Amino acid sequence: MAASSAGVCTACTIFRLSGRYWFSRTFSYNNNFSSRNVQTTTLHCQSQPQTKRKTDPRKWVGVVGLEIHAQIHSNAKLFSESGVHFAAPPNSLVSYFDASLPGTLPVLNRRCVEAAVMTSLALNCTINKKSLFDRKHYFYADLPAGYQITQQRLPIAVAGSLTYNLLVRQKWNQVVTKTVRIKQIQLEQDSGKSLHDDTRSQTLIDLNRAGVGLMEVVMEPDMCCGEEAAAAVRELQLILQALGTCQGNMAEGQLRVDANVSVHQPGEPLGVRTEVKNINSARFLARAIDYEIQRQTDVLESGGWILNETRSFDYKSGRTTPMRDKEGLQDYRFMPEPNLPPLIVYDNKTVPAHADPQQVVNIDQIRERLPELPNVRRSRLVEQYGILPEHSFTLVNEDGLMEYFVSVARETKAEPRKIIGWIIKDLLGLLKQHSLNVSQSPISPMSMAELLNLLEAGTVSSSAAKQVFQELWKGAGSSASQIVQKLDLGLLQDRSTLEQICRTVIDSHQEEVRAVRGWGIFHLPSKVE
Amino acid sequence: MLGLTLREVSLALREGKVSPTELCQRCLHFIRKTKFLNAYVTVTEEIALKQAEQAEKRFLKGETLGPLDGIPIAVKDNFSTASIQTTCASQMLKGYIPPFNATVVQKLLDQGAVLMGKTNLDEFAMGSGSTDTIFGPVRNPWGYSRQYQERCAQNPEDTKDSSDWLITGGSSGGSAASVASLTCFASLGSDTGGSTRNPAAYCGVVGLKPTYGLLSRHGLIPLVNSMDVPGILTRSVHDAATVLGVLGGHDPKDSTTVPEPFKPFSLPDEIDVRNVCVGIPREYHAPGLSKEILAHWTKAAELFEKAGARVVEVSLPHTQHSIVCYHVLCTAEVASNMARFDGLEYGHRSTIDSSTEVMYASTRHEGFNDVVRGRILSGNYFLLKQ
Repeated sequence: MAASSAGVCTACTIFRLSGRYWFSRTFSYNNNFSSRNVQTTTLHCQSQPQTKRKTDPRKWVGVVGLEIHAQIHSNAKLFSESGVHFAAPPNSLVSYFDASLPGTLPVLNRRCVEAAVMTSLALNCTINKKSLFDRKHYFYADLPAGYQITQQRLPIAVAGSLTYNLLVRQKWNQVVTKTVRIKQIQLEQDSGKSLHDDTRSQTLIDLNRAGVGLMEVVMEPDMCCGEEAAAAVRELQLILQALGTCQGNMAEGQLRVDANVSVHQPGEPLGVRTEVKNINSARFLARAIDYEIQRQTDVLESGGWILNETRSFDYKSGRTTPMRDKEGLQDYRFMPEPNLPPLIVYDNKTVPAHADPQQVVNIDQIRERLPELPNVRRSRLVEQYGILPEHSFTLVNEDGLMEYFVSVARETKAEPRKIIGWIIKDLLGLLKQHSLNVSQSPISPMSMAELLNLLEAGTVSSSAAKQVFQELWKGAGSSASQIVQKLDLGLLQDRSTLEQICRTVIDSHQEEVRAVRGWGIFHLPSKVE
Repeated sequence: MLGLTLREVSLALREGKVSPTELCQRCLHFIRKTKFLNAYVTVTEEIALKQAEQAEKRFLKGETLGPLDGIPIAVKDNFSTASIQTTCASQMLKGYIPPFNATVVQKLLDQGAVLMGKTNLDEFAMGSGSTDTIFGPVRNPWGYSRQYQERCAQNPEDTKDSSDWLITGGSSGGSAASVASLTCFASLGSDTGGSTRNPAAYCGVVGLKPTYGLLSRHGLIPLVNSMDVPGILTRSVHDAATVLGVLGGHDPKDSTTVPEPFKPFSLPDEIDVRNVCVGIPREYHAPGLSKEILAHWTKAAELFEKAGARVVEVSLPHTQHSIVCYHVLCTAEVASNMARFDGLEYGHRSTIDSSTEVMYASTRHEGFNDVVRGRILSGNYFLLKQ
């Protein structure tokens, strides 16, 4: 599958190598610190002279894999009954188990298992009917037990795929569909939070988040750049939100992404990868990855080599820097979690006859209850409303925009394509300009529908409608019709009045009339409009 | 009165021959008298008297809770007891007061048992002598028995001075001693690799290790999660069955307990072993086995045979590897379970705190004894991948 990353990336501007000068390097692909062989063989020259290239003649292709931690949207934590809320007072949601009091034991939260199964089904994974829990040990103040309960040996799901879309902006606003393989999905505990107070040289620990359920989604390195990664994450976010298994708010830490980035030349083995952490939004994700790809390319170009290390993204400077406390290899001393028996999930064929339904997770039942996924929704919009795929892409991508569109479409006889034009070009344009989201729009779907109805009925011209739109945006409270009245923007409907006005204009502009007759150019003086 | 079995004294209570308060006070008095045994870490005098008072009210009304109502019991100090110090005989948890009761402790209290106190043990249940404790070793009551003293006097060359004493075995030495010294009628121990059975044998009491998964481990500070069980120490087998009947059953807070409903049972008055097949593992006749032990072992096998049981030789071919396997598994889990003791949330915290790492290291060095630290190091070694 490395071939998928060897093609030209549609969204990046890395040009195909066709020059004849190239250095051959050999990399040994490994994740450890062992010595690396960087050999430079003799310069190969072809006999034909070559034109000097202004752009970088070597083709380096980025290889990007992602590890995504999605906080499960549930009432209680993964193994304890504490509540799950963002921004609660520090250490107010900590049970005895979360604080690692000795003698406390984990009890698995059924909702978290269901969430993992739902997500795995939506990502076309194979569900492991039997999966196991393990302990991953390391010492850190925000990990009270000194170990994290995760699924290392046998996770709940493997071998899935995520299909996502890229808008190719350069040409024809085309939508390109790509796929990334999902290596596995596993259940694990979140850690608490540390707040470093350097002025008092102390660290404050908040354990509210310790023990919250996470689904770790591991994406294979099938992506080649920041834009692809961001698009994949965005699609995952939409899927999780549609399922309700994760609210996907990156700013609140509900979705956290770590990127594994390396570069190589197509046909060569994969390069050494670095892990990029501390990415707090989808926007920064693309920038962080692209910066890292460029950084690695620059290092390799200048004859250096890449260290297998963990780097932190600094959004202020837009650069990645090595994370000092993650130096060296960590041995996590994995051990089976002895307090949790194997997790068994069932389907209709295997569910035991007299099982307590409260104690059983049935994959088939969950599959039946799956809600409409984003790609299905997009196809449905195209089919139902006859809009273009790239428009349904935008509708589903913007939070609340699809609902807005559907509300407007319900209230107006205007053609969906026309509605799309207004919503995507005019409304969304203004919203973006003012950094508002759809729910904050000063123009309600009803107002928009009213305006469109006026346009349809011929009460206003399209340019007048734009004016009304601007007035509505100001949010003074008047409706579209009221604005039309107030500003006298209504189109004259009466034919005789129109004729009279035209006559008056023609009579008072004889020169222009002669010119028009002569040249056949049709140009209406502004008076008539 | 104190020499009675649990069953007998329970009957006496119900018949009004003795009151719960009186019984409690007698036990407390005896605890004070046998203080030199060092069986108790904490004696919960006030709590015991209050519980006895409440039991008395129930007895007067005729609304007793069951066979354990009003009965003095003791609990090993690695079971969490709400508002009562739980130390595991370690500096690390000295002064640690849990906010909850272990499930088995709660079950005992719900049945009206009267808690005499928390008993001494090897630090974190690591040991088989009850000698590695910060509170000093537990002494075997039989070392102060008339028979033993007379035997010592008869062998002048073996004269031991008054500071000599005998060990109780371990790690539930305090629990065994408390039952053997008649300060309570039953006590809770824990058993991972013999920690209930060993001291029971040394102290001449009944020690029962229930099957894993039968009793809840919630609240038992773990040594090896996959092998620990709460153990029961009593003065008769019947008593052990009674306590087991109260404590057994699925606990939603412990995912390793068997989900099937637990039915308490009662032992028949007449034991008939004719349908019992007893196996004697041939590999247990190991080199170095003392003549005395071999003689008793043989005697027990003969007893069964005479009573009509079928006694056969069996083979447990991996016996020679068992202790090694145990050590690897035990130390690996210990290393994992002890990782939570970092001084941050509870327990001992070192004053040396120039950095988090330094604080962790000094806290754990100060809090744990050699045995615990040794096992943590071994366990981490076994868990390392490279």
